[in-house]
Amino acid sequence: MALLKNGKPATDVFLDVSTAETIPPDGAIIVSLDQWQNSAAQLRARKEPLGIVLRSHEKPAAIAEDVQKFAVIALDFPAFGDGRAYSSARLLRERYKYQGELRAVGDVLLEQLHFMHRVGFDAFELASEDAARDWQIAASDISVWYQPTSDGRPHALRLRHQAAGDN
Amino acid sequence: MYRYDEFDSKLVNERVEQFRRQTERRIKGELQEEQFRPLRLMNGLYLQLHAYMLRINVPYGVLSARQMRQLAHVARTYDKGYGHFTTRQNIQYNWIQLKDVPDALADLAEVEMHGIQSSGNCIRNTTSDQYAGVARDEIEDPRVYCEIIRQWSTLHPEFSFLPRKFKIAVTGSPNDRAAVKVHDIGLRMYRNDAGEAGFEVIVGGGQGRTPFIGKTIREWLPPEHLLSYLEAILRVYNFDGRRDNKYKARIKILVHQVGADEFRRRVDEEWEHIKDSALKLPQAEIDRINAYFAPHDYETLQDQGDLLAEQGKANTEFAAWLKANVANHKVPGYAIVNISLKSLRQPPGDMTAAQMDATADLADAYSYGELRVNHRQNLVLPDVRQSDLFELWQKLASIDLATPNIGHVSDIIACPGLDYCALANARSIPIAQEINARFQSMDRVHEIGELTINISGCMNACGHHHVGHIGILGVDKKGQEFYQFTLGGSSDQNASLGDRTGPGFPADQAVDAVETILNTYVKIRNEGERFLDTYRRVGMAPFKEALYGPA
Repeated sequence: MALLKNGKPATDVFLDVSTAETIPPDGAIIVSLDQWQNSAAQLRARKEPLGIVLRSHEKPAAIAEDVQKFAVIALDFPAFGDGRAYSSARLLRERYKYQGELRAVGDVLLEQLHFMHRVGFDAFELASEDAARDWQIAASDISVWYQPTSDGRPHALRLRHQAAGDN
Repeated sequence: MYRYDEFDSKLVNERVEQFRRQTERRIKGELQEEQFRPLRLMNGLYLQLHAYMLRINVPYGVLSARQMRQLAHVARTYDKGYGHFTTRQNIQYNWIQLKDVPDALADLAEVEMHGIQSSGNCIRNTTSDQYAGVARDEIEDPRVYCEIIRQWSTLHPEFSFLPRKFKIAVTGSPNDRAAVKVHDIGLRMYRNDAGEAGFEVIVGGGQGRTPFIGKTIREWLPPEHLLSYLEAILRVYNFDGRRDNKYKARIKILVHQVGADEFRRRVDEEWEHIKDSALKLPQAEIDRINAYFAPHDYETLQDQGDLLAEQGKANTEFAAWLKANVANHKVPGYAIVNISLKSLRQPPGDMTAAQMDATADLADAYSYGELRVNHRQNLVLPDVRQSDLFELWQKLASIDLATPNIGHVSDIIACPGLDYCALANARSIPIAQEINARFQSMDRVHEIGELTINISGCMNACGHHHVGHIGILGVDKKGQEFYQFTLGGSSDQNASLGDRTGPGFPADQAVDAVETILNTYVKIRNEGERFLDTYRRVGMAPFKEALYGPA
């Protein structure tokens, strides 16, 4: 597994304990929603950065009040075809104003990176041997976007009306 | 019609080059079929029983003559010289080679066409009324909103991996020719008491194994909110649609399981958050798209009733064609011409490259260079001068495209069936052709009157059998093809699902069964009563008795 952050290979400082039975006393960790809900007080008291992973059926509304507590929110793709996390990502960014690292984990393929980036992911856990090259391909294939999302890319609707001098 | 600007062209060209690289990797063996599959599907490339099949979108059924010529070129250059128009207003090529697909897509991109999202679990080609812009009963041109939806849905980053495929249809007329009640989302435009045009939003219709008529979840949606409301529906579906069983993954199952009221509540809750976001359509954008669909520069003409009556008297075949295939146009002196792709000599919806070229020439000569594809697998020339009809009819007849059977017994919708499709249990095309052969007397066809027969070769219902006045479903019974019948289906504004008659019939008795049903109808109908109305009046009993004997 290679971690790609903002288009560059990065070292993963977080230990994913979301499926572990016990939570280590210190260190940067990623917990499950269950763990967060069961041990919120202890987890909040930790000094080190905290992350959470949401499975694809877990809606981000469950952590809406807490998003700023997390240094990383990982959204799981159990299979590339399970697209629920795309909606979760947009809600986290656009509705709950989460600004930390939003990481795609699970079945993450080159061809999805473009869509994932557009809905707000900035980090990807890739099985690929050359994740940086994958990113280069994915980021440069398509350069026109019709939909307004929060990724800040200029979309066709805005560009057209700018060109026409409309507001 | 809509023309690509720099943004649309760039996207489609980039997409072609992306797929070219992916195809090269597949051919070199760097990608295995398993990894390639989702990529090819996102570009409309299926692997069928015998070969690859490439499906190309015809956005809301509108085609220019230039595009039609390019479709002919693709058929001739990369396929076996023909193409197949589908119930979703698209075209399919059934014999394409993988190595040729990128070139075919590049050729199509030249004329602003592509296969993006013509398959896969995403928002498919938005479909509409084939008479859009020229129908007398139209409130506003639905193509404007179809194009807005086309752009919004193309490579939508949030909705490209839905639980299942997603189909949207729009009608701008009270007489629904777009079957909006049997789509995942149907939009029906109407005017409110204040005289403003807006949409009724219908959700959860569909056919397949578990057919449903859609339910209205919003009585009134102003056009400026169209995209935010669609986005709210799609988001609820993306989160809550079932993903554990692909046969229960369509939105219709979700709407049915939670109920229309609860579904509406979830959509409205989501919509409240995004209603006034960047998705709100500026009037400038609606106007910009609307300008592409401005009416043609029509001549000031008179209706030609007398001339047509005279020509019809002199030529009964022309009169039959006029009656069945020509519809009223909103502008005096013009007519809408339906081109039947249901001749005895070709499978329903098929067209040869030569016919495509000839039709493109006719569109240029008689109809402002524009054509339409309808969901019953026929074509339309939308803007023909009535004084040209006779000449046009002669030319269509010379290329076997003047069968006067639109909306009649031999105007059959048929899926590709076991002749092509890996999912099919039975053949569809031969049954359609046998029915067509049995009803060759146009006097008899017209005597039977308005009728739709829809045939599917398996329960996935691509041939829309649930909503045929007569529906025929092919099933496999111990290795033998059997055909089950349903009666009373309809996909118009009074949509209904057909009722099963009883046990199915073997292939060699299927056409006899059609004849029995129709003979029964002719015997019991009231003066001028359509088959569908007779069935709705008398119910199943007389048909059942005629088919299976007294109970």
